[in-house]
Amino acid sequence: MAKVEFREERCKGCGLCVAVCPKKIISLKTTVLNSKGYHPAGVEEMDKCIGCTMCATICPDNVIEVWK
Amino acid sequence: MEKVFSRTEGLLDKPMHYCPGCTHGIIHRLIAEAMCELDILEETIGVSPVGCTYNNYEYFACDMVQASHGRAPAVGTGIKRVHPERMVFTYQGDGDLAAIGTAEIVHAAARGEKISTFFVNNAIYGMTSGQMAPTTLIGQKTTTSPFGRDPQVQGYPINVSEMIATLEGAVYVERVSVSSFKDIKNAAKAIRKAFRVQQAGLGFSMVEILSTCPTNWGIDPVGAIEWLEENMKKKYPLGVFRGKDLEV
Repeated sequence: MAKVEFREERCKGCGLCVAVCPKKIISLKTTVLNSKGYHPAGVEEMDKCIGCTMCATICPDNVIEVWK
Repeated sequence: MEKVFSRTEGLLDKPMHYCPGCTHGIIHRLIAEAMCELDILEETIGVSPVGCTYNNYEYFACDMVQASHGRAPAVGTGIKRVHPERMVFTYQGDGDLAAIGTAEIVHAAARGEKISTFFVNNAIYGMTSGQMAPTTLIGQKTTTSPFGRDPQVQGYPINVSEMIATLEGAVYVERVSVSSFKDIKNAAKAIRKAFRVQQAGLGFSMVEILSTCPTNWGIDPVGAIEWLEENMKKKYPLGVFRGKDLEV
Protein backbone atom coordinates (compact mmCIF):
# COMPACT_ATOMS: atom_id res chain seq x y z
CA MET A 1 0.00 0.00 0.00
CA ALA A 2 1.40 3.37 -1.01
CA LYS A 3 0.09 6.78 -1.92
CA VAL A 4 1.26 10.06 -3.41
CA GLU A 5 -0.18 13.46 -2.70
CA PHE A 6 -0.01 16.32 -5.21
CA ARG A 7 -0.17 19.94 -4.16
CA GLU A 8 -2.05 20.93 -7.29
CA GLU A 9 -1.73 24.68 -6.79
CA ARG A 10 2.07 24.43 -7.08
CA CYS A 11 2.07 22.15 -10.14
CA LYS A 12 3.18 23.67 -13.46
CA GLY A 13 2.09 20.70 -15.55
CA CYS A 14 5.59 20.00 -16.88
CA GLY A 15 4.90 16.27 -17.05
CA LEU A 16 8.30 15.07 -15.78
CA CYS A 17 6.52 12.92 -13.17
CA VAL A 18 4.22 11.51 -15.85
CA ALA A 19 7.25 10.41 -17.89
CA VAL A 20 9.22 8.95 -14.98
CA CYS A 21 6.46 6.94 -13.24
CA PRO A 22 7.31 3.22 -13.70
CA LYS A 23 3.64 2.24 -13.27
CA LYS A 24 2.42 4.90 -15.71
CA ILE A 25 -0.42 5.95 -13.39
CA ILE A 26 0.29 9.70 -13.36
CA SER A 27 -1.41 11.95 -15.90
CA LEU A 28 -2.14 15.63 -16.34
CA LYS A 29 -5.72 16.42 -15.41
CA THR A 30 -6.86 18.04 -18.64
CA THR A 31 -10.24 19.00 -17.17
CA VAL A 32 -8.70 20.87 -14.22
CA LEU A 33 -6.87 24.22 -14.19
CA ASN A 34 -5.06 25.59 -11.16
CA SER A 35 -4.97 29.33 -10.46
CA LYS A 36 -1.76 29.71 -12.51
CA GLY A 37 -3.55 28.17 -15.50
CA TYR A 38 -1.73 24.83 -15.61
CA HIS A 39 -3.26 21.36 -15.84
CA PRO A 40 -1.95 19.76 -12.65
CA ALA A 41 -0.65 16.19 -12.48
CA GLY A 42 -2.51 13.56 -10.51
CA VAL A 43 -3.09 9.83 -10.01
CA GLU A 44 -6.39 8.10 -10.62
CA GLU A 45 -5.54 4.50 -9.78
CA MET A 46 -3.79 5.07 -6.47
CA ASP A 47 -3.91 1.36 -5.57
CA LYS A 48 -1.30 0.74 -8.29
CA CYS A 49 1.21 3.14 -6.66
CA ILE A 50 4.31 1.38 -5.31
CA GLY A 51 5.72 4.38 -3.42
CA CYS A 52 9.00 4.40 -5.36
CA THR A 53 9.36 8.23 -4.94
CA MET A 54 10.58 8.68 -8.52
CA CYS A 55 7.88 11.28 -9.27
CA ALA A 56 8.66 13.30 -6.15
CA THR A 57 12.40 13.09 -6.82
CA ILE A 58 12.15 14.52 -10.34
CA CYS A 59 9.48 17.15 -9.52
CA PRO A 60 11.13 20.59 -9.77
CA ASP A 61 8.39 22.35 -7.81
CA ASN A 62 8.06 20.33 -4.61
CA VAL A 63 4.52 19.33 -5.48
CA ILE A 64 4.63 15.68 -4.46
CA GLU A 65 4.84 13.85 -1.14
CA VAL A 66 4.92 10.07 -0.87
CA TRP A 67 3.74 7.57 1.74
CA LYS A 68 4.47 3.85 1.82
CA MET B 1 1.80 4.20 6.12
CA GLU B 2 5.08 5.96 6.63
CA LYS B 3 6.05 9.16 4.88
CA VAL B 4 8.92 8.28 2.55
CA PHE B 5 9.28 11.58 0.71
CA SER B 6 8.56 14.91 2.33
CA ARG B 7 9.40 18.47 1.46
CA THR B 8 12.75 19.61 2.81
CA GLU B 9 13.07 22.20 5.56
CA GLY B 10 16.05 23.61 3.70
CA LEU B 11 13.72 25.38 1.28
CA LEU B 12 11.18 27.99 2.25
CA ASP B 13 7.64 27.05 1.29
CA LYS B 14 7.28 29.45 -1.62
CA PRO B 15 6.32 28.83 -5.23
CA MET B 16 9.41 29.08 -7.45
CA HIS B 17 9.37 31.41 -10.44
CA TYR B 18 11.11 29.01 -12.81
CA CYS B 19 9.50 27.85 -16.07
CA PRO B 20 7.63 24.51 -16.09
CA GLY B 21 10.08 21.61 -16.22
CA CYS B 22 13.14 23.74 -15.42
CA THR B 23 15.53 21.59 -13.39
CA HIS B 24 16.73 24.47 -11.19
CA GLY B 25 13.97 23.43 -8.77
CA ILE B 26 15.45 19.94 -8.43
CA ILE B 27 18.95 21.33 -7.86
CA HIS B 28 17.66 23.76 -5.21
CA ARG B 29 16.04 20.86 -3.41
CA LEU B 30 19.19 18.71 -3.54
CA ILE B 31 21.32 21.49 -2.03
CA ALA B 32 18.67 22.14 0.63
CA GLU B 33 18.42 18.44 1.48
CA ALA B 34 22.20 18.17 1.72
CA MET B 35 22.31 21.10 4.17
CA CYS B 36 19.63 19.45 6.30
CA GLU B 37 21.31 16.04 6.25
CA LEU B 38 24.65 17.50 7.28
CA ASP B 39 22.88 19.73 9.82
CA ILE B 40 24.55 22.89 8.50
CA LEU B 41 21.47 24.90 7.56
CA GLU B 42 22.01 27.38 10.41
CA GLU B 43 25.66 27.95 9.65
CA THR B 44 25.56 28.15 5.84
CA ILE B 45 25.74 31.32 3.77
CA GLY B 46 24.87 30.92 0.11
CA VAL B 47 25.74 33.35 -2.66
CA SER B 48 23.15 33.91 -5.41
CA PRO B 49 24.32 34.72 -8.92
CA VAL B 50 22.91 36.78 -11.75
CA GLY B 51 20.78 34.77 -14.13
CA CYS B 52 17.50 32.91 -13.77
CA THR B 53 18.40 32.10 -10.17
CA TYR B 54 19.23 35.70 -9.22
CA ASN B 55 16.60 35.63 -6.47
CA ASN B 56 17.10 32.12 -5.12
CA TYR B 57 17.76 33.82 -1.77
CA GLU B 58 13.95 33.83 -1.65
CA TYR B 59 13.88 30.03 -1.62
CA PHE B 60 16.78 28.73 0.49
CA ALA B 61 16.18 28.62 4.24
CA CYS B 62 19.84 29.44 5.00
CA ASP B 63 21.41 32.89 4.95
CA MET B 64 21.98 34.22 1.44
CA VAL B 65 23.82 37.08 -0.25
CA GLN B 66 23.39 38.18 -3.84
CA ALA B 67 26.51 38.97 -5.84
CA SER B 68 27.19 41.00 -8.95
CA HIS B 69 27.29 39.10 -12.22
CA GLY B 70 29.97 36.41 -12.07
CA ARG B 71 31.41 37.62 -8.79
CA ALA B 72 29.87 35.01 -6.50
CA PRO B 73 33.22 33.21 -5.88
CA ALA B 74 34.83 36.54 -4.92
CA VAL B 75 31.97 37.38 -2.55
CA GLY B 76 32.09 33.82 -1.21
CA THR B 77 35.83 34.18 -0.64
CA GLY B 78 35.25 37.30 1.43
CA ILE B 79 32.54 35.69 3.53
CA LYS B 80 34.57 32.55 4.17
CA ARG B 81 37.73 34.47 5.13
CA VAL B 82 35.84 36.68 7.56
CA HIS B 83 33.74 33.82 8.92
CA PRO B 84 35.87 30.67 8.48
CA GLU B 85 33.51 28.73 10.74
CA ARG B 86 30.62 29.24 8.33
CA MET B 87 29.83 27.02 5.35
CA VAL B 88 29.76 29.00 2.10
CA PHE B 89 28.39 27.94 -1.26
CA THR B 90 27.89 29.75 -4.55
CA TYR B 91 25.10 28.85 -6.94
CA GLN B 92 25.98 29.88 -10.50
CA GLY B 93 24.79 29.29 -14.02
CA ASP B 94 26.89 29.00 -17.16
CA GLY B 95 26.40 32.63 -18.13
CA ASP B 96 27.51 33.72 -14.68
CA LEU B 97 30.36 31.29 -14.06
CA ALA B 98 31.65 30.41 -17.54
CA ALA B 99 31.34 33.81 -19.23
CA ILE B 100 31.53 37.02 -17.21
CA GLY B 101 32.79 35.25 -14.08
CA THR B 102 35.50 33.05 -15.56
CA ALA B 103 38.32 34.96 -13.87
CA GLU B 104 36.65 34.78 -10.46
CA ILE B 105 35.99 31.06 -10.56
CA VAL B 106 39.43 30.16 -11.93
CA HIS B 107 41.25 32.20 -9.30
CA ALA B 108 39.00 31.14 -6.43
CA ALA B 109 39.79 27.54 -7.38
CA ALA B 110 43.49 28.27 -7.87
CA ARG B 111 43.68 29.91 -4.44
CA GLY B 112 41.98 26.85 -2.98
CA GLU B 113 39.27 28.90 -1.31
CA LYS B 114 37.38 26.69 1.11
CA ILE B 115 34.01 27.24 -0.53
CA SER B 116 31.70 24.99 -2.57
CA THR B 117 30.43 26.02 -5.99
CA PHE B 118 27.36 24.53 -7.62
CA PHE B 119 27.62 25.24 -11.32
CA VAL B 120 24.43 24.72 -13.30
CA ASN B 121 25.18 24.13 -16.99
CA ASN B 122 22.19 24.30 -19.35
CA ALA B 123 24.16 25.30 -22.46
CA ILE B 124 22.26 28.54 -22.99
CA TYR B 125 21.50 31.94 -21.46
CA GLY B 126 18.10 31.41 -19.88
CA MET B 127 17.25 34.68 -18.17
CA THR B 128 18.04 36.91 -21.14
CA SER B 129 15.94 34.71 -23.45
CA GLY B 130 18.16 32.13 -25.04
CA GLN B 131 21.39 33.62 -26.38
CA MET B 132 24.47 31.49 -26.99
CA ALA B 133 26.48 30.67 -23.87
CA PRO B 134 30.16 29.61 -23.66
CA THR B 135 28.80 26.12 -23.01
CA THR B 136 26.44 26.05 -26.03
CA LEU B 137 27.11 22.92 -28.08
CA ILE B 138 28.47 22.95 -31.64
CA GLY B 139 25.49 23.13 -33.98
CA GLN B 140 23.07 24.19 -31.24
CA LYS B 141 20.63 26.88 -32.36
CA THR B 142 20.18 29.89 -30.10
CA THR B 143 18.94 33.42 -30.76
CA THR B 144 22.54 34.56 -31.36
CA SER B 145 23.56 31.44 -33.30
CA PRO B 146 20.38 30.99 -35.35
CA PHE B 147 22.05 28.60 -37.82
CA GLY B 148 23.70 26.57 -35.08
CA ARG B 149 26.96 27.31 -33.26
CA ASP B 150 29.77 27.38 -35.81
CA PRO B 151 33.23 26.98 -34.24
CA GLN B 152 34.76 29.07 -37.03
CA VAL B 153 32.60 32.00 -35.99
CA GLN B 154 31.71 31.48 -32.34
CA GLY B 155 34.49 29.21 -31.15
CA TYR B 156 34.23 26.04 -29.12
CA PRO B 157 32.29 25.23 -25.95
CA ILE B 158 34.20 25.19 -22.65
CA ASN B 159 34.38 22.10 -20.45
CA VAL B 160 34.55 23.98 -17.17
CA SER B 161 34.96 21.00 -14.84
CA GLU B 162 37.92 19.63 -16.79
CA MET B 163 39.49 23.11 -16.80
CA ILE B 164 39.02 23.71 -13.06
CA ALA B 165 40.29 20.20 -12.31
CA THR B 166 43.74 21.17 -13.61
CA LEU B 167 44.16 23.61 -10.71
CA GLU B 168 45.89 22.43 -7.56
CA GLY B 169 43.62 24.37 -5.23
CA ALA B 170 40.56 22.51 -6.48
CA VAL B 171 40.38 19.34 -4.43
CA TYR B 172 37.03 18.00 -5.58
CA VAL B 173 35.43 18.53 -9.00
CA GLU B 174 32.60 16.37 -10.30
CA ARG B 175 30.08 16.65 -13.11
CA VAL B 176 26.60 15.23 -12.50
CA SER B 177 23.18 15.50 -14.12
CA VAL B 178 19.58 15.71 -12.95
CA SER B 179 18.02 14.07 -15.99
CA SER B 180 17.00 10.76 -14.42
CA PHE B 181 16.21 9.27 -11.01
CA LYS B 182 19.63 7.62 -10.83
CA ASP B 183 21.43 10.79 -11.93
CA ILE B 184 19.55 12.85 -9.33
CA LYS B 185 20.63 10.42 -6.59
CA ASN B 186 24.24 10.70 -7.77
CA ALA B 187 23.95 14.49 -7.90
CA ALA B 188 22.71 14.49 -4.28
CA LYS B 189 25.78 12.47 -3.25
CA ALA B 190 28.13 14.83 -5.08
CA ILE B 191 26.59 17.90 -3.45
CA ARG B 192 26.93 16.33 0.01
CA LYS B 193 30.53 15.45 -0.76
CA ALA B 194 31.31 19.01 -1.84
CA PHE B 195 29.99 20.30 1.50
CA ARG B 196 31.97 17.65 3.41
CA VAL B 197 35.17 18.64 1.59
CA GLN B 198 34.56 22.18 2.78
CA GLN B 199 33.78 21.01 6.32
CA ALA B 200 37.08 19.16 6.36
CA GLY B 201 38.83 22.37 5.23
CA LEU B 202 40.50 20.65 2.30
CA GLY B 203 40.04 23.37 -0.33
CA PHE B 204 37.84 24.35 -3.22
CA SER B 205 35.04 22.03 -4.30
CA MET B 206 32.81 22.31 -7.35
CA VAL B 207 29.92 20.27 -8.69
CA GLU B 208 28.83 20.95 -12.25
CA ILE B 209 25.21 19.97 -12.80
CA LEU B 210 23.85 19.42 -16.32
CA SER B 211 20.44 21.02 -16.47
CA THR B 212 17.66 21.67 -18.98
CA CYS B 213 16.14 24.89 -20.30
CA PRO B 214 12.94 23.74 -22.05
CA THR B 215 11.74 27.28 -22.75
CA ASN B 216 14.84 28.55 -24.53
CA TRP B 217 15.77 25.25 -26.11
CA GLY B 218 12.28 25.28 -27.61
CA ILE B 219 11.57 21.72 -26.50
CA ASP B 220 8.91 20.43 -24.10
CA PRO B 221 10.22 19.46 -20.61
CA VAL B 222 10.29 15.71 -21.22
CA GLY B 223 11.89 16.20 -24.66
CA ALA B 224 14.46 18.51 -23.04
CA ILE B 225 15.51 15.73 -20.66
CA GLU B 226 16.01 13.46 -23.69
CA TRP B 227 17.97 16.18 -25.51
CA LEU B 228 20.26 16.53 -22.50
CA GLU B 229 20.81 12.77 -22.37
CA GLU B 230 21.56 12.51 -26.10
CA ASN B 231 23.58 15.65 -26.71
CA MET B 232 24.93 17.28 -23.56
CA LYS B 233 26.26 14.11 -21.96
CA LYS B 234 28.39 13.44 -25.07
CA LYS B 235 30.16 16.78 -24.85
CA TYR B 236 30.05 16.97 -21.07
CA PRO B 237 30.66 13.42 -19.75
CA LEU B 238 29.68 12.77 -16.15
CA GLY B 239 32.35 11.84 -13.67
CA VAL B 240 34.82 12.91 -11.01
CA PHE B 241 37.60 15.05 -12.46
CA ARG B 242 39.47 15.68 -9.25
CA GLY B 243 39.33 14.04 -5.85
CA LYS B 244 38.24 10.59 -6.99
CA ASP B 245 39.89 8.85 -4.08
CA LEU B 246 39.04 11.55 -1.59
CA GLU B 247 37.60 10.09 1.62
CA VAL B 248 35.48 12.59 3.50
